[in-house]
Amino acid sequence: MNQTANEMGEMGERVSMETGKRSQIAQGILWAILIVSVLIAPMFLYPIFVMQLLCFALFALAFNLLIGFTGLLSFGHAAFFGSAAYIAGHVIKMWGFPPLLGILAGALVSGALGLVIGSLAIRRQGIYFAMITLALAQIVFFLALQLPFTGGENGLQGIPRGYLFGLIDLNQPLAMYYFVAAIFIAGFLMIFRVIHSPFGQVLQAIRENEPRALSLGYNVNRFKLIAFVISATLAGLAGATKAVVFQFASLTDAHWQMSGEVILMTLLGGMGTIFGPIVGAVVIVTLQHELSSIGSWVQVVIGATFVVAVLLFRRGIIGELARALKLSSV
Amino acid sequence: MLKLILAQGMLGLNNGVFYAMLSLGLAVIFGLLNVVNFAHGALYMSGAFLALILYSYLGVWIGLDDFHVNFWFALILVPSMVGGLGMIIERTLLKWLYRFDPIYSLLLTFGITLILQGLFINFFSASGTPYPGQPESLKGVVNLGFMVFPKYRLFAIVFSIAVCLAVWFVIERTRIGALLRAGTENPDLVKAFGINVPLMVTLTFGFGTALAGLAGVLAAPIYSVSPLMGADLIIIIFAVVVIGGMGSIMGSVVSGFALGLIEGVTKVFYAPAANTVIFFLMVVVLLVRPAGLFGRQT
Repeated sequence: MNQTANEMGEMGERVSMETGKRSQIAQGILWAILIVSVLIAPMFLYPIFVMQLLCFALFALAFNLLIGFTGLLSFGHAAFFGSAAYIAGHVIKMWGFPPLLGILAGALVSGALGLVIGSLAIRRQGIYFAMITLALAQIVFFLALQLPFTGGENGLQGIPRGYLFGLIDLNQPLAMYYFVAAIFIAGFLMIFRVIHSPFGQVLQAIRENEPRALSLGYNVNRFKLIAFVISATLAGLAGATKAVVFQFASLTDAHWQMSGEVILMTLLGGMGTIFGPIVGAVVIVTLQHELSSIGSWVQVVIGATFVVAVLLFRRGIIGELARALKLSSV
Repeated sequence: MLKLILAQGMLGLNNGVFYAMLSLGLAVIFGLLNVVNFAHGALYMSGAFLALILYSYLGVWIGLDDFHVNFWFALILVPSMVGGLGMIIERTLLKWLYRFDPIYSLLLTFGITLILQGLFINFFSASGTPYPGQPESLKGVVNLGFMVFPKYRLFAIVFSIAVCLAVWFVIERTRIGALLRAGTENPDLVKAFGINVPLMVTLTFGFGTALAGLAGVLAAPIYSVSPLMGADLIIIIFAVVVIGGMGSIMGSVVSGFALGLIEGVTKVFYAPAANTVIFFLMVVVLLVRPAGLFGRQT
């Protein structure tokens, strides 16, 4: 990971006091913009569209915790997104779980799945890690296709939204919207907290230089595994929420192409930045909406975006912006 | 029962042809370029489509309805076209990424996969088109004693074993191969000896992708030609490569055929697991021998 480490090291470069202060102010502004726009968005846009944005933004944020802050490229995150969607859908629809409990159950199961997949994948490094996560996620995909409760090719349909705390009817678009917004903010705050905790600092040390972190006495594999499980759990949280919003879980949620999309969102917005994944998710989801009329050309556009992003701006939108303005993006 | 196992084993071996040829190309490329070519599956799919186009569409496009480029010509033409495409990709896109982490070239080739797949879905049906150009001489079946086996499939197995052995011979026993292996070990030193390493890199990538194209032509008469045929395959190939280790040419070939065989035999005992048995074997290998069966610990 040396080269990424260098590149990212530049990003999180030793900022002078003054830049540090300016970065703090910039970050404060971004937080304010984010919270205000999440609050007022449904007045201008379709709530269901914004909810989709929020779910994918949370998914990308969770993914970024691995690629951006631990230096691990997981090519199988759709497994967590998808399995949580199926689990949440199943327990809500068939076992009558209330929506919040169902979503938490989905997130918990995908966290457990993250423990299994993570502990296998961290046995290899770098490019192999990516291939192993992709292959293991394919097992989850085939399970989603073949298990009796998943509905096979049709997916799990007609998941009821139900009542939050038994009181608030989530079939009301706005009630559902603010419920999703609360989940998103909670997830984002948790990720923010993890990144800025001593634990997060160790993760970044591993990203920068794994042998050195090891030689300092950190149990590198344990840190990687915990990061993997947190990321999987939050990706699951996003997937389960998506299942309740759209009232279905489908094979698309667990497909490798979904894993690719979340990579693209994070890459495009800026790996290893705080706000980048949100920006990336907004760009990609909007793009998919706007281009839905051109059918499978969308895939060509997405692929071309990938190529351009990898070749021309590996720091992503937020990363390049922060660099141009000489701000820290973390 | 034994007959059934042998029969499914033969069919599995038939899939193993493609696992072996693709993981071989992937290993050759990875050895010199340190690039995991995600687009390998998409190039294999392009190879199959090119064979189909040459046979069924080209004549119509140029106004000669009876004009078909037959299978044997396709077997030579298509790999050179796919290899050429590979070299263009390497020269124009991939070469800018060598100084960065290999994950970027994985992501780049992933993007190329999406582009190729999207293009073919647009111009052809996503569900698949049969390839009608199977040569007359390979139609029909042979009796193997325990089963009757399509002649063409037998040809594919024999042909691909021959190709794999030839590649192994070139890399392990000739001067070109020696340069290639030296380039894998220490490209700077090879450069210092006056070898044009960038050219060697381009040719190697072209060769690896040409192998994928060749596999695509071989696959066209067996499976129906569909835009998604490469995508599912490449993930299996990744598992094959993790199991075998990317360090050795022979390792990738042997594990390719062996895993095809195992997958086939699994169908006899528990059919639903046939899709995933290779991935589960990968898990076992990771637990027991993380570096892969033929690999060196990295």
